[in-house]
Amino acid sequence: MSLGKTEVEYISRLAAIEVKADEVDEVAAKLSNILDLFAQMQAADTDQVAPMAHPLDQVQRLRVDEITEQNQRDKLQSVAPAVEDHLYLVPQVIE
Amino acid sequence: MHNLTIKQMSEKLHAGEITSVQLTQHYLDRIAKFDAELNAYVTVTPELAMQMAQEADERFKAGTAELLTGIPVAHKDIFCTDGIKTSCSSKMLDNFIAPYDAHVVSQLKKVGMPILGKTNMDEFAMGSTSESSYYGPTKNPWDHKAVPGGSSGGAAAVIAAGLAPMATGTDTGGSIRQPAAFCGITGIKPTYGMVSRFGIVAYASSFDQAGPMTRSAEDAAWMLNAMAGFDERDSTSLQQEKPDFAASLGESLVGLKVGIPAEYFGEGLDPEVETIVKNAIAEIEKLGASTVPVSLPNKDLAVPSYYVLAPAEASSNLSRFDGVRFGYRCENPTDLQDMYQRSRGEGFGAEVKRRIMVGAYALSAGFYDAYYLKAQKLRRMVRDDFTKAFESCDVIMGPVAPSTAFNIGEKSDDQVSMYLSDLYTIPVNLAGLPGISVPAGFADNGRPVGLHIVGPYFSEAKLLNIGHQYQQVTDWHKQMPEQYQG
Repeated sequence: MSLGKTEVEYISRLAAIEVKADEVDEVAAKLSNILDLFAQMQAADTDQVAPMAHPLDQVQRLRVDEITEQNQRDKLQSVAPAVEDHLYLVPQVIE
Repeated sequence: MHNLTIKQMSEKLHAGEITSVQLTQHYLDRIAKFDAELNAYVTVTPELAMQMAQEADERFKAGTAELLTGIPVAHKDIFCTDGIKTSCSSKMLDNFIAPYDAHVVSQLKKVGMPILGKTNMDEFAMGSTSESSYYGPTKNPWDHKAVPGGSSGGAAAVIAAGLAPMATGTDTGGSIRQPAAFCGITGIKPTYGMVSRFGIVAYASSFDQAGPMTRSAEDAAWMLNAMAGFDERDSTSLQQEKPDFAASLGESLVGLKVGIPAEYFGEGLDPEVETIVKNAIAEIEKLGASTVPVSLPNKDLAVPSYYVLAPAEASSNLSRFDGVRFGYRCENPTDLQDMYQRSRGEGFGAEVKRRIMVGAYALSAGFYDAYYLKAQKLRRMVRDDFTKAFESCDVIMGPVAPSTAFNIGEKSDDQVSMYLSDLYTIPVNLAGLPGISVPAGFADNGRPVGLHIVGPYFSEAKLLNIGHQYQQVTDWHKQMPEQYQG
């Protein structure tokens, strides 16, 4: 399967990863190679096979709805790119 | 001191013949001497290591020391370490000081194991060569022209060169076993869920599993005892009594049934690697084991299945790197979308971006059934192959990788060929089974070869004992590159 510029732009948006104009051809070629690898899967007959999401047949563990974590806001925000008054700063979204 | 086994180190520490301060300083000196060339450490933490060593020595005086107290360890830079940079070898996390410890890190801290530093790896654990690191490639101690394997390549290299007695690794598609094979050390990937994933930077959550990387199987058993166990903070952590992985070291291999999958010795396997692996199996037969042919017919479907599923999970896991709460943020973003796109475009390396993009694509409308669902069905077929094979054998043996270590640069332009080199390790991750790589010899090019032993769920102790018994009659695991011996 061969991807073109339109598909790469679509995937770039899906993944929220900028692909610069001069990188599009290389990205398209390399992603196409990977999709060729995926195409090998189609040879297998899987009509009677149930999908397997996880290696362990486990039931999700539940816990009592109690607060167990200490508030570590200052420590956790110390690694943020931009914080003010305990709020994460991002570019303005709403005028 | 770096030639001692963990058991010998522990005995000497407990007898007061050496101190943890001396042992830790010895390794720090070796790191200072050798690591500039190898580039196996991303961060070295000498002050922390010496402080922890002093605390360990206090425990020997107080009589509260445990088996591994005072023995230093290196952590793969994927494990969060409180107060220490945790980069995952990515520009994205180059400025990230972890605010908490991974479960494994806190377990080993509790035991009193000084932290020497953080080891280099493929960026976000996505690779088989450790070349995709933001900090440059690690060299293979056996041959500086070769890669150490990946993604736990730095961890494997520090063990092989004697720059740490023990190291933590993670294995999502072979990232403990393949570098262990390429560097001539012992590495085990436990059953999925055996070791907590809490605080390990997530790549593909239904595959990721941490394990020990050491010189010998005996060392690995001791280290796994310290690493494993239930952790309520990991929702996939196995809630069961922790086995003693060292308890069966010493059991005889008489009567052991070894399955030999014909598919693992077919086309594409380097004949020299094949000979070495078959010789290792013959050695194990001499110890009383017998071989039976088994079949893993869907082996070739494992690689494409994995490279759909793991990137799909990665595309979700790595969406947290958005330039808001931690990690890299681009300069002067024009708006929120621009900030996301450029922070991720500039912060991630090429291979990580490829996997996120291909994963997002596989999950997108119109392709979900053809790629993601199909891959999940193949995952079950691969797992069922193992279930059937284990009806007629106790363990399966074969090669870890189809060749010895690649040259640096050899695979960097052809990622699909790199993906295909994981064909023997990936099926084990798809199934969630435990697998070990033990050193089995050297090819004519001087590069090590590993023997791959795979067992049913929860058979770690058995795998470690088979490795240990093999290491009682061979000395491949004791070999060290000449320049690192002194």
